[in-house]
Amino acid sequence: MRNPLADKIVDIKPSGIRKFFDVVKTMDGAISLGVGEPDFDTPWHIRDEGIYSLEKGRTFYTSNSGLKELKVEICNYLKRRQNLEYDADSQVLVTVGGSEAIDLALRAMVNPGDEVLIPQPSYVSYEPCAILAGAKPVIIELKEENEFRLTAEEILEHVTDKTKLLVLPFPNNPTGAVMEKKDLESIAEVIREKDLFVLSDEIYSELTYTDKHVSIAEIPGMYERTILINGFSKAFAMTGWRLGYACGPKEILEQMTKIHQFAIMCAPTTSQYAAVEALKNGDEDVAMMREQYNQRRRYLLNEFRKMNLPCFEPFGAFYIFPSIKQLGMTSDEFANKLLQEEKLAVVPGTAFGDCGEGFIRISYAYSLDDLKKAIERLKRFIDNHSKK
Amino acid sequence: MVNREELLRTIEKNSRIGVDELAVMLAAPEIDVANELQKLEEEGIICGYHTMIDWSKTSIDKVSALIEVKVTPQRGIGFDSIAERIYKYPEVTSVYLMSGGFDLMVMLEGKTLKEVAGFVTNKLSPLDTVLSCSTHFILQKYKDHGTILTKKYDDTREKITP
Repeated sequence: MRNPLADKIVDIKPSGIRKFFDVVKTMDGAISLGVGEPDFDTPWHIRDEGIYSLEKGRTFYTSNSGLKELKVEICNYLKRRQNLEYDADSQVLVTVGGSEAIDLALRAMVNPGDEVLIPQPSYVSYEPCAILAGAKPVIIELKEENEFRLTAEEILEHVTDKTKLLVLPFPNNPTGAVMEKKDLESIAEVIREKDLFVLSDEIYSELTYTDKHVSIAEIPGMYERTILINGFSKAFAMTGWRLGYACGPKEILEQMTKIHQFAIMCAPTTSQYAAVEALKNGDEDVAMMREQYNQRRRYLLNEFRKMNLPCFEPFGAFYIFPSIKQLGMTSDEFANKLLQEEKLAVVPGTAFGDCGEGFIRISYAYSLDDLKKAIERLKRFIDNHSKK
Repeated sequence: MVNREELLRTIEKNSRIGVDELAVMLAAPEIDVANELQKLEEEGIICGYHTMIDWSKTSIDKVSALIEVKVTPQRGIGFDSIAERIYKYPEVTSVYLMSGGFDLMVMLEGKTLKEVAGFVTNKLSPLDTVLSCSTHFILQKYKDHGTILTKKYDDTREKITP
């Protein structure tokens, strides 16, 4: 029999997180700080709208690009929160999570051989999606001394005449880093000068703890170069509903919609009805969750300082990314030993790119009580391994 | 500066968080948090630090009832004096003045059904200004003060996700 598989997919190495997950699964009584989704339930009024839509028999496809009502609410929301104006009919596409939008944007925008700049550490899907789209991923290793922000110099160091697209993943998973307005302005200059486009993954936009999130599309001259990706998973605690969206220039959205139409047809209808309610009446829920995340963030940061675990202060998402270099272990060793000795799961920084070596990702999408129990174990582990 | 509303929201859910931890969580100096708490107590905004107990899970029997009371308001003092007469009984746990079909909502906790009935018959109904009482016994508490009593939170998420 012939080899049934395509080389392109076989050559992509499986997500590092997966491997570790299999180990965690086999361990009884392990507690985890490794989750990348909110601990809150979807607010009841949002779930209720989903249930109601089922009761009313709204169980059919929606139009390819999404329910009109939802697209209008997405535009209202982006106007309200980011002061960005998009046309609901031609500039919005409702997708199956932000993840689908990432895939679509890459497939719609790159030709074989085009280079895509991907800052790391970052979410696990950009690099494989870029490869599957036929592009050549070019990794920019973000630095702790810059608080894992992307700088104009770093772009210039990696840009070639083949570079077409920059992935901009802020607020960032796994580091919790944000890009403030001044940071965005300085990279925007290079982006315009080098004639690049931007895939801006803003899925954590509602979870910033100092200033309100700024989208790169708000920076002059960037609107027409930016595909903005966002969704409902993190802001409204709706991960399982699988709903996201992309907004941007009409001609790009048109092509993305074409792929979506053939590959997916439309995003889940029930989720779309629930999402309308989230955008109409969910602001208070978001504020409540943000307040709680922020309290946990401060709590953890303080605990790490007490443990002498070096850690820059993250201002976004729900992750903290402390350095474990002083313990003389790799991220993988650290995560595995911590799991064996204390039954505590954290994600090694290397799951998000080679430059995550020496760091671990800790999620604070857990109740304060759970965090306290976990921190106790972490503290004991670090004490045991610090004294030599 | 301590964010007063955030402080209240935080301890409303868990009054056992220490001042040192509150200071970290609210990003304010410990002394400011302590002062603010004291001020809130003095102003009568924080009225107590109670513990929520689901007595039905213990071996102690308790009966709770809601009583809708209609009264004749008194000239000059309205409902205040009758409300005071009622809330002075220690078995009364809450008294609210209500809009709508009746005037006072009285919540009561007793050891037995008989004890609650006795209170209504011998103490509440005979009051001059009380026109009528209708008593409802609580059969089960599902949720109280924002806390679900019948189910424990269960983290069903995958242990590791990107």
